[in-house]
Formats: sequence, structure tokens, C-alpha cells
Amino acid sequence: MTAPTTDAYDGAAEGRVFNVSGNDWDEVVAAVREEGEEKLVVNMGPQHPSTHGVLRLILTLDGETVTDARVGIGYLHTGIEKNMEYRTWTQGTTFCTRMDYLTPLFNEASYCLAVERLLGIEDRIPERASIIRVMMMELNRMSSHWVANATFGNELGATTIMTNGFRARERVLDLFEVITGLRMNHAYIRPGGVIQDLTPLAFEKTRELLKEMPREISDIRKLLDESPLYLARTKDVAYLDVAGCMALGVTGPVLRAAGLPYDLRKTQPYCGYENYDFDIPTYDGCDVYSRYRVRMDEMEESLKIIEQCLEKLQHTDGPVMIEDAKIGWPARLAIGPDGMGNSPDHIKHIMGTSMEALIHHFKLVTEGFRVPPGQAYAAVESAKGELACHAVSDGGTRPWRAHFRDPSFVNLQATAATCVGGSVADVVAAVASLDPVIGGVDR
Amino acid sequence: MSDENNKDAPQPAETTGTDAEIEQAQAADNLPARAGEERLSEQVVRTGMFGAKTTGDTSGYGRLQVRRPAISSSPRPYGRYFDEIADELGRALDGAGVAFGDAIENVVVDRGELTFYVRREHLPEVAQQMRDDAKLRFELMSGVSGVHYPDETGRELHAVYHLISITHNRRVRLEVACPDADPHIPSVVATYPTADWHERETYDFFGIIFDGHPHLTRIEMPDDWHGHPQRKDYPLGGIPVEYRGATVPPPDERRSYV
Repeated sequence: MTAPTTDAYDGAAEGRVFNVSGNDWDEVVAAVREEGEEKLVVNMGPQHPSTHGVLRLILTLDGETVTDARVGIGYLHTGIEKNMEYRTWTQGTTFCTRMDYLTPLFNEASYCLAVERLLGIEDRIPERASIIRVMMMELNRMSSHWVANATFGNELGATTIMTNGFRARERVLDLFEVITGLRMNHAYIRPGGVIQDLTPLAFEKTRELLKEMPREISDIRKLLDESPLYLARTKDVAYLDVAGCMALGVTGPVLRAAGLPYDLRKTQPYCGYENYDFDIPTYDGCDVYSRYRVRMDEMEESLKIIEQCLEKLQHTDGPVMIEDAKIGWPARLAIGPDGMGNSPDHIKHIMGTSMEALIHHFKLVTEGFRVPPGQAYAAVESAKGELACHAVSDGGTRPWRAHFRDPSFVNLQATAATCVGGSVADVVAAVASLDPVIGGVDR
Repeated sequence: MSDENNKDAPQPAETTGTDAEIEQAQAADNLPARAGEERLSEQVVRTGMFGAKTTGDTSGYGRLQVRRPAISSSPRPYGRYFDEIADELGRALDGAGVAFGDAIENVVVDRGELTFYVRREHLPEVAQQMRDDAKLRFELMSGVSGVHYPDETGRELHAVYHLISITHNRRVRLEVACPDADPHIPSVVATYPTADWHERETYDFFGIIFDGHPHLTRIEMPDDWHGHPQRKDYPLGGIPVEYRGATVPPPDERRSYV
């Protein structure tokens, strides 16, 4: 424990600076009291457990009240969009899946829909691939919402919510591992379809999840829905109405918690969402509690959609990748003895019987396919709001530009609107209810 | 959605006259000399192949030049709800004392999406009308993305605005270009407060200065960073990676098939 170091900074333009680096609060409080200055600027983060990554909040406080809130981002900027300009269109999925690491399948879906629109192959995506995409996105919506609720509970000091939430999310990740081979960063959805069909084990595990998940949800609901402690921390906190959401571009559960049933799955369906029966939950509290309720309800709707997906998959046969040898990678994979996915028939074909097929395969994998020049914008309803990809092609084998409209980035702009005027403790609730993931914010 | 696009896509304009006349007109269009002349006047978008730039290029592809026509306007009718938007925007701009042709330099309908190429000085007015006119009502701005086209002389930097109308369930795109030598575009933060961070991001990555933005500072890169990383003249960087004795060059120095 070190004493607050103040002397070296006494002449700084911003006034006296206090560095806090441990359990030295008493000394800081005494020093601030001695200072007599009422306005206090506090740096919350970038390393702070309640900032969902490396987010820096610069709060101006008057006593306990926040009078100004500014947000510093960029600590997790990785240049994913720039990197994608140096890889093929297919390799792009491997990059963009890592942006918002809690919603990898939405990232992939928005990117692939944009590329498919550029290629003009939207109508030729196999139906089975679209159904699998929907199912994966809904599973991902649940896992993302679980993290949103779990981390929020943790930040309020309720570790039971955290452990329960992460346990439930773990069930979804286990299923992802069965289906895609990875818990996160899947690169599973590719331009033209998905990279691998579901195995019988995947069906079995999905049914298991559908059985277990309702109990997980109702457990948390019993714990939180009517809890006086939870209500005290969330009701009427971080108020943001529809007009505020519109002005700040806020979408997703935050907008629906303000009462506007705007959901791209209904208003501008993609991947065949118009063929599913589900509701868009809305609440009109405009507060943290309503956002929690929207997320819980959406998980229940997701379960309904997943069930319909399983039903549809039973009656829909066919490939999961576009039947166009110039675009689609081999997607009939089998697990080899080394545990890696491989396509034995395809290998036999290119290595044993057809020289031309080998050349085609080599060119497709190393050079990639060309995409006609132009631009396309494809949006999906991610767990956090409108996630869209603006893809620009110059006719080459690499994206000229791929820009992502990440909902976390946009929603985080509402920080000041939701925090100013409230108390410091509510800042944690406000930021958590926006559910920002810094991997998506900074990209 | 695409089915609908195809159904409503603009049909080629019907020509009148006898078959012979049409044939003659078509034949004149297809004269090799004229077609060749047109093609050669187009902008070179790409040269060479396989990344070969040195004398070691034995493929002969090193001298290849690929040309592409400049973006052309789409003819009316645009299809779907696009004509309605164009008409309404024209009417709204007239009401504000701006001629549609002055504000909008080009209208492109491509892949079922509508793009207005807006002259930069008229962007604030167009954005205002887009948001406030009852029949347009694009109340939500989804984002701004920058694109750098170093070959488009005089209009190298583009800012692309994606608008959504929740009232009418429509989308539209505004594209504004500015020269690299004078990278200024008026800010739309006054109309769409959400553009705040998007414009900062576009400034950070492309160096486009949005005039009238309340605090145009870097957002993703550190404050003291030099250069604008998403521009095409900014290198990706990266270091060679050694693997089992061999060296793998960084991605931007590997063989390129572009």
C-alpha cells in the first residue's frame, strides 16, 4: 500500500491529482476533504472490473452525483477492419468473428450476408444453411444475454447471479464446441453457407439444452424479478426514452426496453426469419430493470426459435454450402483420427482423380474468389442491437473495405445521457445495462 | 428480399421502331472501334497480376491493365420504394430552396440498395430533410463509414452514411466525396447526434475533417498518433514470422492475387 502521491502533480493544469493504488481510501478521502474542492474528476478504468473490458470513464463528481461523464475508448483497438483488407473474402470471417467476442456468430453472419449480397448469391444460399445460421444466432443471443446479466449481477455484488449466469452460458458454449469445434471465434458461417453440417450428437445436445435452459432462466427470474434489492438498484435507473435512443442511435434491448418494438428479425427479415413464430418482447420502463426483463424474455423467445429450427432441419435435406465450385469451400467434413475436420471424399477427388479439381481447389483456397465491384450493407439483429457490415469491393479477391457498425460502439454513446445526474453507484448499473463489449467497440 | 428486388428491378426502357432500326442502332453501339475507344477511356483500376512487379515476371501478366467505367447513374424508374424517396427528397429540397440536381450529383441503385451521392456543401440540408420530412422520416442514422479511393482523383475520400426510417421501414445511403487535398465535409451531428462518434472514427481512420463537429478528436487511436491508419497509403505494418527456420513475410508483403 502506498500513500496517495499528490505533491508531484500539484502544479498540473487539471488541479491536484490523487493516485489511488490500493486500500488507501482513508488517506485520499482525508486529502480531498482538506482540499475543500467540491468538484472531483474520477478516472474509472480502463482497468476496472465493472467496465466490461478496457473502458475508461471520466466522471466529474459533485459529492456522490455525476455531473459529467465522458468515455475513453480505443484501448482494445486491433485493426481488424484494416487487416481484413489484406486477406481473402473467406478469411475475413476469421477476423470479424473476433470483434465482439460474445457475439461471434452475429459478426460472421452480418459479414457473410454483405459478401453474399455483393456476389449476388443471396437466393442461392441453401435453406439448410440458413436454418443452421438462425439456430446458431439464437443460441448466441442466449449466451450473450447470459453474460450481460451475469456480469451485471457480479458488479452489483451478487456473485450468485454471476456463477449461475456463467454456468448457463457454459451450456451454450459446450454446444458451440460440439457444432463448430470451438467455444468462441468460430468462423463457422462462411460466404455461401456454413462450413459444417450438424452431427447427430449436435441434435442430441441441442435438445438437451432446450430441456435444461428453461430451468436456468426461471431460477434467475425467481432470484431477480421481484427482489427488493435488485429492484432498488435497477428501477428508474439510467432512464433513456425512445427519443433519446433515436437521437443517439441506440438499438437492441435498450430500445425495446423503451417501448419501441424495433427488431430487424421482424422488420427486415434475413436468413428466413419471417418463417419463424416468435414475439418481440418490449417494456416501457426505459430503465435498467426493463432492459433486464427484455433480455430474459428474449432468451425465452430464442428457445422457441431454436425448437422450430430443429423441427425444420428434420424436414430439410441438402447441402449447407452453396453448390458453386467457384465460391463454396468443401463443407462435407468428417472428423479425422487427429481430431481435425476434413473432407475425405473431396481429398480423394482432388488428389486422386482430377487434376483440374486440384487446380480449382488450390486457386479457391489461396487466391480466393473475386467479388464484383460495388458496395453492400447487411444488418442483423445482434444480441446488442443492429450489427451491420458495410462491405466495399473493387472487383478483387480481398475486401476493399469492410466496416462494421457495432451496436456496442453506438450504444456506448448513451453513457452520458444515462449517467449524468445519477449517483456514482448507478454508473455501474447504467453501463452494464447498455451491455457494451469493448472488443466490438474498438474492433 | 432478393426475390422482391428482382421483381421490382428496373426493366430496360422499351424502344420504339421497327426491328431493323433497332438492329441498326444496336449494331452501331457494338462497333468494335467505338467499344474499344470507350473501354480505353475508362479508368485503370488494376495493373499486373500475381503481385509480380520486377523483371522476374515471366508470366506476361505484368503489363495487364484492368479498366472499369466510372460509377454511372441508374436510370428511372429505380424500383421498389426508391422512386418515392427520390421524388419526396426533391420536393423537400425545393421547399428549402435547393434544387435536387444541385444537392445530389448521382443516384445509384445497385443490389437492391439506394445511394444518393450528395455534394458535400449540401449534406447538412439533405440530412435535415431526410430526418424531418414526414414522408422521408429517416429518424435513425445507423453509422458513417469512410472509404478511401486513391485512384479517384479529386474525390479520393468518401464518407458513407446509412440511414434507417423506422416509420416507413426503409433504408437509404448517402455518399459524400471530398478531395484528399481539401478533406473537409460538413458535420451532421446537429441533425443526428449519434454521428458524433462515427465522425470521430472516420476522422481518426481517414483524416476527413468534419466541419462543425463539437470535438473532433481521435477516438480509437492514441491522441498523439501520426497518420490515419485505414487509408490505402498507410501500410498495414507487421513483422516477418520465423517458423521452423523459414520466414513468413508479413501479410502486406505476401504474394497478392488482387
